[in-house]
Amino acid sequence: MSDPNSQTILGPDGRKDAIELHSVTIRFAGDSGDGMQLTGTQFTDEAAFVGNDLATLPDYPSEIRAPAGTVAGVSAFQLHFSSQDIKTPGDDVDVLVAMNAAALKVNLRDLHDGGIVLVDNDGFGEKDLEKAGYAANPLEDGSLKKYRLIRADITELTVRAVEPAGVTAKNAGRCKNFFTLGMMYWLYGRSPDNTVEWIRKKFGKKPDIAQANEAAVIAGYNYAETAELFETTYVVPKAPLTKGTYKRISGNEATALGFVAASVRAKKPLFQGSYPITPATDILNELAALKHFGVRTFQAEDEIAGACSAIGAAFAGNLAITTTSGPGLCLKSEAMNLAVMAELPLVVVNVQRGGPSTGMPTKTEQSDLLQALFGRNGDSPMPVIAAKTPSDCFWAAMEACKVAVEYMTPVVLLTDGYIANGAEPFRIPEIEDLPTIEVVHADDPSTFKPYLRNAKGARPWAVPGTPGLEHRIGGLEKSSPSGAVSHDPENHQKMTLERQEKVASIQTHVGPTRIDGCHEGDLLVISWGGTYGAVSTAVDRLLAEGKKVGHVHLRWINPLPNDLEQVMDRFKQVLVPELNVGQLKLYLTGKFGRKMHGLGKVMGKPFKINELVKHMNVLLETKA
Amino acid sequence: MIESSASPVLTKKDFVSDQQVKWCPGCGDYSILAALQTVLPKLGIPKEKFAIISGIGCSSRFPYYMDTYGFHTIHGRATAIATGTKLANPDLQVWVITGDGDGLSIGGNHMLHVLRRNVDLKIILFNNEIYGLTKGQFSPTSPMGLKTKTSPMGNVDRPLTPVSVALAAGAGFVARSVDNDVKHLTSVMEAAAKFKGSAFIEVLQNCVIFNDGAHNDFYGSLSRKDKVLYLENGKPLTYGANSEKGLVHKGFAIDCVDIDDANRGQVLTHDTSEETGTLAWTLSQFDYPERPVPVGIFRSVERPAFHELVDGQIADARKARGNGDLDRLLKAGVTWTVD
Ligand SMILES: Cc1ncc(C[n+]2csc(CCOP(=O)(O)OP(=O)(O)O)c2C)c(N)n1
Ligand code: SF4
Ligand SMILES: [Mg+2]
Repeated sequence: MSDPNSQTILGPDGRKDAIELHSVTIRFAGDSGDGMQLTGTQFTDEAAFVGNDLATLPDYPSEIRAPAGTVAGVSAFQLHFSSQDIKTPGDDVDVLVAMNAAALKVNLRDLHDGGIVLVDNDGFGEKDLEKAGYAANPLEDGSLKKYRLIRADITELTVRAVEPAGVTAKNAGRCKNFFTLGMMYWLYGRSPDNTVEWIRKKFGKKPDIAQANEAAVIAGYNYAETAELFETTYVVPKAPLTKGTYKRISGNEATALGFVAASVRAKKPLFQGSYPITPATDILNELAALKHFGVRTFQAEDEIAGACSAIGAAFAGNLAITTTSGPGLCLKSEAMNLAVMAELPLVVVNVQRGGPSTGMPTKTEQSDLLQALFGRNGDSPMPVIAAKTPSDCFWAAMEACKVAVEYMTPVVLLTDGYIANGAEPFRIPEIEDLPTIEVVHADDPSTFKPYLRNAKGARPWAVPGTPGLEHRIGGLEKSSPSGAVSHDPENHQKMTLERQEKVASIQTHVGPTRIDGCHEGDLLVISWGGTYGAVSTAVDRLLAEGKKVGHVHLRWINPLPNDLEQVMDRFKQVLVPELNVGQLKLYLTGKFGRKMHGLGKVMGKPFKINELVKHMNVLLETKA
Repeated sequence: MIESSASPVLTKKDFVSDQQVKWCPGCGDYSILAALQTVLPKLGIPKEKFAIISGIGCSSRFPYYMDTYGFHTIHGRATAIATGTKLANPDLQVWVITGDGDGLSIGGNHMLHVLRRNVDLKIILFNNEIYGLTKGQFSPTSPMGLKTKTSPMGNVDRPLTPVSVALAAGAGFVARSVDNDVKHLTSVMEAAAKFKGSAFIEVLQNCVIFNDGAHNDFYGSLSRKDKVLYLENGKPLTYGANSEKGLVHKGFAIDCVDIDDANRGQVLTHDTSEETGTLAWTLSQFDYPERPVPVGIFRSVERPAFHELVDGQIADARKARGNGDLDRLLKAGVTWTVD
């Protein structure tokens, strides 16, 4: 397919010749009622069992009740699976499954020339075409000539196949996603057995539905074989993944898990104060289901109360977090500043989405960076960490908690809609491999002063209930170290600098810059957050071509590693690609007064590897 | 929940902080501070188990003057912050100090929600019918027509009645008192402290600088007799120097009448746990000069507190699933092994 280096081998079980591929990207697209997310995750689990590396990305319609069959109601699930280490859900699509005309219309643009498009003829009736806005039937007017079009009467075949199960006509039709899944299993030489087992477990209480779905997946598999719709089958061998036990994890799941792990490691109950908002809500959903860990989730009346309740819980000694997305971060800023001033530990998660204002709730962007860094009144330093992949959200959440409690500071954890909803294999760590989190509570009245700092610059965490440490904190400037309210000019300057220095000293934790690829050369690419997969893959390609390119992916954006400037100096040019119009670039330029190139994209979608490679090559050729 | 340990007997002095009190001389806030400093030592709760959380305003400076754990937070949000504190450590007795602007304007939303959730907070709302700290703008409780710096031609906003708001939001304990009636104020605070669940106390407070005399009609001990209706559970709803006036039913409403032999038997009795809440509501709508101003406890009905429900679910979850095991959680779901 997209692989120019394919090799034909003999397929298993005396089947026809199969072509071996390194990696394949499939997109399942249909109406939001067609079960495309389920189909996609089933195929993903099977790919995982086989041992492929993988990355997935769901694409939900932004309107919950968009009329069926319209472009607004199209739901898609993209899966990239490979015999190699992969870091993105794929640029272009090799196979597009379109269950109706609208799904084809929305997704065709991402199918590369020569790609396979599998359609359900029954989703291309006159009404379907009209709802999708097609004047003529694209299956018949030659407009799909560039692709390998495979047509099947999927709905009709499904209804016939599930007849023995005796389900209603409506339910029979709904099994068409499993029929399609069966076809795809055959195409990639995968067995439907695990899915059959899953169906039996999942629908155990509804035997007729279970029977129907099972019949559909088997029928789809057999149909693909006997109807000889596809010229050949394909094999994607297992990937050389690091030894270990894995599971598929989305960024939001990983974030939630990371907080629970942090709570266990810190031996502090977890408190979450949050208000639902796309795409951050799943973190609240996940944690609400983990009450047996002593997790308290508080669904507040708004984001302000979410952040405030978390601050109140931190005051009382809990590991406190608040989770949100862009517009919610705006509402939290005054409370975040209270945490800066009161120097209480708090982790604020911002799952970034397209902005400004309500923007594009279901689409990804990285445009809240400057807000996280600077969006508060006063000189208000706040550590900012960004997760780079879905599974990295786990580690980033733990790290944010560690820094928050060890330095007594609020910390912003930035993720984005892309890694929050995207999924990849997560190598499950052993408990003893998790970072330790040191929590010390003050308890000695003879030495206690509310703002007496330790070696890290942190003030003591003295929780209500501790005899003899009664004291007052608040948003007014406090004198150091007594904690009394103070409007003294020298004291304010001293405290402002102490807060700055404390956050700057987190550099000790951050460590030196990590460079991938060349350590000096023609081009240094500096990225942050969820663009990691695309940027590092693009850099790898250039390195393979012998180009002198280095890659720095920033995990902590405040503070930055202290040798970053020297690293930049070793390259002729610096490129900062990001899903905004130049926020990290502005920050770095401001810090280092150095020229650099920016590459921005604000289309609600992640970078494609190809567009990054192209842009980097242009820079390398111009040699500015 | 709160145990009284064998700690030394506390006195008012134990609750006085080392900070100089900086309210204007004559401000009503002083007596409210003194009242709470009198009440807390009497509760048998160790000093370290009190947390006093305030928003922003003159009144919200309060925590600095109390030698307890205290948190002077941001404008309007004390209730939300206190919710987190109470949930995180139900063993604390958490008091919220707020103003008419802090609690009902910028913090109105949070106020509704803590009360409906029945978060176990003791909330004192200092009602001076003005924004004191910002030097005298009309507030959500200022009467219509009040001339302030931002309403030079008179306030055109219709005021809220804090007690009515609290009742409507479903608060379990709702009371009103007056800053210069210390005996009454301490008794109401004590009742609030002993109540389990949200306890809301409105204190009519005088701001000598920006709204002096706002409550003058019934401020002095003499005028009080005639113009104030003291609510006492189980006692007849009467007022006047010689209790010569009383409340009786009139259709769906309540009327104020001069008591005579004919109507004496119809005088209503105060009931803080009256089932429908109608009595408390109707009384909360009384306003001077048409009617006497009720002070005292309007309503006191306990139901499960928010933290009990939250912790109850945690206990249930642990009973059903055992204490959370991180290793099991990490390995839960569909997994596969690469070797
Ligand atoms: C976000 C925010 N907006 C506005 C203010 C300014 N402000 C401080 S106190 C206050 C009003 C206080 O009135 P009230 O709550 O009645 O308290 P009082 O001073 O009367 O006791 C205002 C508007 C602020 N501190 N923060
Ligand atoms: S301005 Fe009014 S409320 Fe504020 S301290 Fe002075 S008298 Fe009290
Ligand atoms: Mg006021």
